[in-house]
Amino acid sequence: MTDPAAPRESAQTPLADRHRALGASFTDFGGWSMPVRYTSDLAEHHAVRRAAGLFDISHMAEIVVEGADGGAFLDYALAGRLSTLPVWKAKYSLLLAESGGIIDDLIVYRLADERFFVVANAGNRAAVVEALLERAAGFDVSVSDETEAYALIAVQGPIAREVLAATPGVSRPGRALDEIPYYAATDAEFDGAPLLIARTGYTGEDGFELYIEPGRAGALWDALLAAGEPLGLVPAGLAARDTLRLEAGMPLYGHELSLDIVPVQAGLGRVVALDKDDFVGKHGLQSVVAAEAPVLVGLIAEGRRAGRAGYAVLDDGGTPVGEVTSGALSPTLGHPIALAYVSPSHSAVGTELAIDVRGTAIPATVTELPFYRRTK
Amino acid sequence: MTDLNSLKYTEDHEWVALDGGVATVGITDYAADKLGDVVYVDLPAVGTVVTAGDVCGEIESTKSVGELYAPVSGEVVEINDDVVADPSLVNADAFAGWLVKVRVDGALEGLLDRAAYVALTGGEA
Repeated sequence: MTDPAAPRESAQTPLADRHRALGASFTDFGGWSMPVRYTSDLAEHHAVRRAAGLFDISHMAEIVVEGADGGAFLDYALAGRLSTLPVWKAKYSLLLAESGGIIDDLIVYRLADERFFVVANAGNRAAVVEALLERAAGFDVSVSDETEAYALIAVQGPIAREVLAATPGVSRPGRALDEIPYYAATDAEFDGAPLLIARTGYTGEDGFELYIEPGRAGALWDALLAAGEPLGLVPAGLAARDTLRLEAGMPLYGHELSLDIVPVQAGLGRVVALDKDDFVGKHGLQSVVAAEAPVLVGLIAEGRRAGRAGYAVLDDGGTPVGEVTSGALSPTLGHPIALAYVSPSHSAVGTELAIDVRGTAIPATVTELPFYRRTK
Repeated sequence: MTDLNSLKYTEDHEWVALDGGVATVGITDYAADKLGDVVYVDLPAVGTVVTAGDVCGEIESTKSVGELYAPVSGEVVEINDDVVADPSLVNADAFAGWLVKVRVDGALEGLLDRAAYVALTGGEA
């Protein structure tokens, strides 16, 4: 019998056959069937911290914004100031609702004076495209969802640059890998096909994100793995990606970010250029009374029992003062870590709180973010 | 190697090996694979009386928390301290990485044989 409530078939990335051949377990994420792990979450996590991991993140949405008003349009449509972004530089930004709540967090690359490349979360693709199209009215700009035109492979870890440098077929970079700063990009080729190399990532390590046409993604994946495996590169899944980003204190949409959260609550006030004349969400942000709104903090605990999303955060008297949004036993640090929204009066670094872990109050201390910072 | 056909199973993905009146209990490799790397196990203390079908412990992985259900009723006579100290033993070999031993009190009910368990997992186990 067909279950009428069964979800729509998840989309497959162009690398699905590689993942199956590598014995991956799969999970649905943002409407895509994604590899959650190949062997062991922990082994993949440690490989990224010590050597490098190879990730398929082709589920991410790519939206091209092109036209004479590209910069002015993005200044209006997004929270940050993108018009002054130099060509081949990248910037983390937010798409806000009129209320000031967060529709998505994204990375914007400037590929030319009049061409921007906006990378959004898979689960927010439709909402982002819709908002950008709507906001484009009156601007000399085109907005096109080109997600299907790109596969995205990330190489992340301290030896990521060596792996990429050792990969045959990667050629003609606009500038040498060594000369691409963090949050910058260059054009290149892979066996003659256009390749966008960005020095960005979601792991807290050095690394690159490689945008390539879907038909060439398998060959690029194979070439990276063949060149990188002798150096310590391993394929890594979404489970490792999640613990890596959590250690690096990076927010995940749907956990730390949502329509009900304004940027300053999430510690992202710096992303908002409030001095811009006008942008969607500015009015909303100015009317928010922030004094009592919960704020995002990092919590560390002892032992091995982790607070998980949805668990209550308690003050020293046992009264709920907040809620965990992400938590895990940190593979790198060896103790539990969590991101949580707590009332501002309990958010100072050093505040002693507790997490209600299925009925047991586990002591936890507010700490500086990120939990983990790479040494170099 | 463990003879998987000699074990009994539960719908909650525990395995049970009966020896005399004592049941050795673990989670199946299928369950361990679904959980991912096990990083913490919380087991009932020796002497605890557990009831078949009730939660008697927790198994945490990096990604999630699983509950350990008692497959049989009786008194816990031993727990696997090696697994408590190194939970990754469950992933390394779920059938060697037993969790608790229970002196069975009363009849065994509702346990599955290997074929029924494999069918329950859609043939994946």
